[in-house]
Amino acid sequence: MGNLKVISIWEQYSYYYLEGMSATLKIAVVSVLTSILFGIIIGILRLSRNWALKNVVAFYVSFIRGTPMLIQIYIVYYSLSFNMTMFTASVVALTVNASAYIGETVRGGIESVDKGQMEAARSLGLSHWQAMQEIVIPQAIKSILPSLCNQFIILIKNTSMMSVIGVHELMYNSNTVRANTYLAFEPLIIAATMYFVVCFILEKGVNYLERRLKYSA
Amino acid sequence: MLDVINLEKSFGKLHVLRGINVTIKKSQVVCVIGPSGGGKSTFIRCLNLLEKPTAGDIIFEGVSLMNKKVNLDEHRRKIGMVFQHFNLFANKNVLNNITLALMKVKKMKREEADELAMKMLKRVGLEEKAGQFPSQLSGGQKQRVAIARSLAMNPDIMLFDEPTSALDPEMVGEVLSLMKELAKDGMTMVVVTHEIGFAREVADRILFLDQGVILEENSPDELLNHPVHERTKDFLSKVL
Repeated sequence: MGNLKVISIWEQYSYYYLEGMSATLKIAVVSVLTSILFGIIIGILRLSRNWALKNVVAFYVSFIRGTPMLIQIYIVYYSLSFNMTMFTASVVALTVNASAYIGETVRGGIESVDKGQMEAARSLGLSHWQAMQEIVIPQAIKSILPSLCNQFIILIKNTSMMSVIGVHELMYNSNTVRANTYLAFEPLIIAATMYFVVCFILEKGVNYLERRLKYSA
Repeated sequence: MLDVINLEKSFGKLHVLRGINVTIKKSQVVCVIGPSGGGKSTFIRCLNLLEKPTAGDIIFEGVSLMNKKVNLDEHRRKIGMVFQHFNLFANKNVLNNITLALMKVKKMKREEADELAMKMLKRVGLEEKAGQFPSQLSGGQKQRVAIARSLAMNPDIMLFDEPTSALDPEMVGEVLSLMKELAKDGMTMVVVTHEIGFAREVADRILFLDQGVILEENSPDELLNHPVHERTKDFLSKVL
C-alpha cells in the first residue's frame, strides 16, 4: 500500500520535487564554493601571527560551533534580509556556518604537514608562500579531502533548514506536498531518497578522487 | 666564510646556546659532537636561521644574516642543509624534489633543471629512481636524494644535522661515503654527528658542544686522543 502511495505521489508531484531539488543544488553548489574560499581564509588566519586577528577568528569559529544552525539562519535572515533574495540569504547563512567548520579542517590539514617539509623548502631558498603553495597546501588538501567531503555532505543536508525562512527548496516543497495530500509520511520518503542519492554520488566521487591522488604521491 | 659571533638561543626559559664563537673557512670540514640536549642541533639550525638566534650574529660571506634588511632567501640558497629525517617533499617525485628549487629559486628552465637534476642523481648513484616518490625509497636512498637536492643548488657550504642518525645501520655507510667524497672535492661542511669514526677520518676540526657552549675545539687527533676537559673525556669514554 505504502509503496503505491509513494509512486502515485511522485507521478502527481514530481515537478515540485524536481523544482525543489534544483533550488537545493543551486544553493548547495554556490555555498560550497564560497565556503571553500572563506574556509581557506579562516584556516590561514587561525594560523596567523597576528594575535588579535587570530583570536577574533577563533571566537567566530567557537560562536558558530556553539550555536544551533537554526538560530544562525534566523539571525542572518532577520538581520541582513533587507533587499536580500531568498537565494542570497540561504547562501550567506550556509557560508557563515560551513566556512567556520571548513576553516578548522583547513587549519588542521596545514598543521598536520610535517614541519620538516617547510624547513627543507625554506633552506633551499624558497619563500614562505612558495613553500606553502608548492609543498604544504597540496599535502594539506590531500590529507583533509575525506573530512572536506563530509563537510560538503553536511552542507547539502543543511540546505533543508532553509525551509524555515520559506526558501522553496526540496524540504519546503515536500512539506507542500504533505499539506496537499494530507499524507504526513510518504512525501518525506521521496525527499529523503533524493537527498541520499545526491550525497551518495558525492561520496563516491570523492572516494574516486582520493584513490587517484594516492597513486600520484 | 662563516663566522658565528656570541651566538645565543633561548626557548622560553630554556637557555640552549650560551655564547658560541666559531669561524669556518672555505673547504673546511667541521664536525660537531657532544651529548644529546647539548645544543648541537639548535646550533646548526641557527646557522641558516631556521632557528632565529636570541642574540649574537651569523656572518656568511661578509653579510650579517641577522640584519633585518638582508634577503634571507637569497643567502639560504647558498647554504645547503641536510636533515636527520631527510625531509624530501612527499608530494613530489625524486626528480621534482631536486628541480623545484632550481626552477622556483634559480629560475632555470624545465629541461635545464631536469638535466642538472639527473647529473646530481647520477653522482649519488640513484638516476634510476628519478620517477619514484620518496615513500618508495629506503632511508639511505632518501638521504642521498636529499644530498643531491642540496648539491644541485651549488651551495658554498653544506650543513648536515645528524644525517645518519635515523638510518638503519646497514645504510649508514652509503651516506657517509658520499659525504667523504664531498669533503674530498673541497666542499665546506659543518656536520653534527654521532659517527666518531667519520669525524676522525674526515674532519679538519672537531667541536665538542655541551650545555650550550663549545667546551673544546681541536683537530680530531688532539680532541679524540687527548681531550682536556673532564666532560669531554666522560663523553668520549661512552661513545668510543
